[in-house]
Amino acid sequence: MLLSFSFEWQHLSVGLLVALVVALSMGDMFTDKAHKWFELKRYAWFIVYMFVFAWECLKANFDVACRVLNPRLPINPGIVKVKTILKTETALTFLANFITLTPGTFSVDVDQEKGYLYIHWIDVKTQDIEEASRIIVSKFERILKEVFE
Amino acid sequence: MSEALPLFFIILGITFDLFGCIGLLRLPDVYNRLQASTKCVTLGTCSILFGVCIKFGLSAAGIKSILCIVFLLLTSPVAAHALARGAHLHGIKLWEKSVCNKYEEDRNALS
Amino acid sequence: MKFMRWLLGFIFLAGLIVYIFSFLEASAPTKLMLYLLICFLLSMFRIFRGPTAADRSVATDILGILVVGFCAILAVYTKKDWYIDIAIAWALQSFIGTLALAKFLEGRNFDE
Repeated sequence: MLLSFSFEWQHLSVGLLVALVVALSMGDMFTDKAHKWFELKRYAWFIVYMFVFAWECLKANFDVACRVLNPRLPINPGIVKVKTILKTETALTFLANFITLTPGTFSVDVDQEKGYLYIHWIDVKTQDIEEASRIIVSKFERILKEVFE
Repeated sequence: MSEALPLFFIILGITFDLFGCIGLLRLPDVYNRLQASTKCVTLGTCSILFGVCIKFGLSAAGIKSILCIVFLLLTSPVAAHALARGAHLHGIKLWEKSVCNKYEEDRNALS
Repeated sequence: MKFMRWLLGFIFLAGLIVYIFSFLEASAPTKLMLYLLICFLLSMFRIFRGPTAADRSVATDILGILVVGFCAILAVYTKKDWYIDIAIAWALQSFIGTLALAKFLEGRNFDE
């Protein structure tokens, strides 16, 4: 209905009916904990997450532009390993997306059982696991923990 | 004002696209190229679509372009992740001046 | 030697941009589309030249995202709505194509 942008009451009522029937019959299959969806605090944290995401994304772009236009090409790449405390699949997916769009880092693989992430870093500062986790993920982990767990 | 704001966003997006493509040419190996081009080109295209959304206002096309922004932001990191993993399993080495490669060490230790 | 190559490329690109911006006789939307065409050319160069198969897949992915932006600009300056539909469909198609390429690189079957 948003795609064709026509707000007539027949379309609205049929849409509501179909959505209600589908939600009542199939809802148990996809969401295991329904009470998560009714807490308003999660949505507030999600909006905070969106703003932080946009700001980091902009910073990442200026960073990459500076690196690319520099004649000496100041890169120092490598793949490091990072530990995370998130467990849920959704949270891990969002964390991987976030890492890919933040300055200089980029996720290569996820090990879900032990909670490790392998990250390609364009400017490696440290190879230690704890130190790298502190620099890369700890900022975003707090917000994502509030939203998804 | 209503003419200048979409034009500003579109020009910003085109500039970022250009930077991303220069990065695709200059950087030395697959993973670095994937970094630069994914970030810059995704944000550039999203900026162009945002300019289009401001231009059309609240109509069918505007809402469709916002939908397209959400879709791009969700799918492009996933595509980049899949490509990097595929390239690594295919056996493509990192650049010879790279610092460390924990992933390959762990995979060798497992097998 | 490396600095010379950087300087040559920089002069070439900057000259092209300044030429399109100030000397070419064309309307403003045509100029914007010409800038995007430079991006297309650069990534096409990476497709032709790329040393390995992974480079080519990366460049193909980037080309797909650029086409979405091109369709959006066309939608503004021709004032036709359905170009946005094309953009959405192209984004979907390019995403699925990239996933298939990644699976192929990984060396697995498609039916997994």
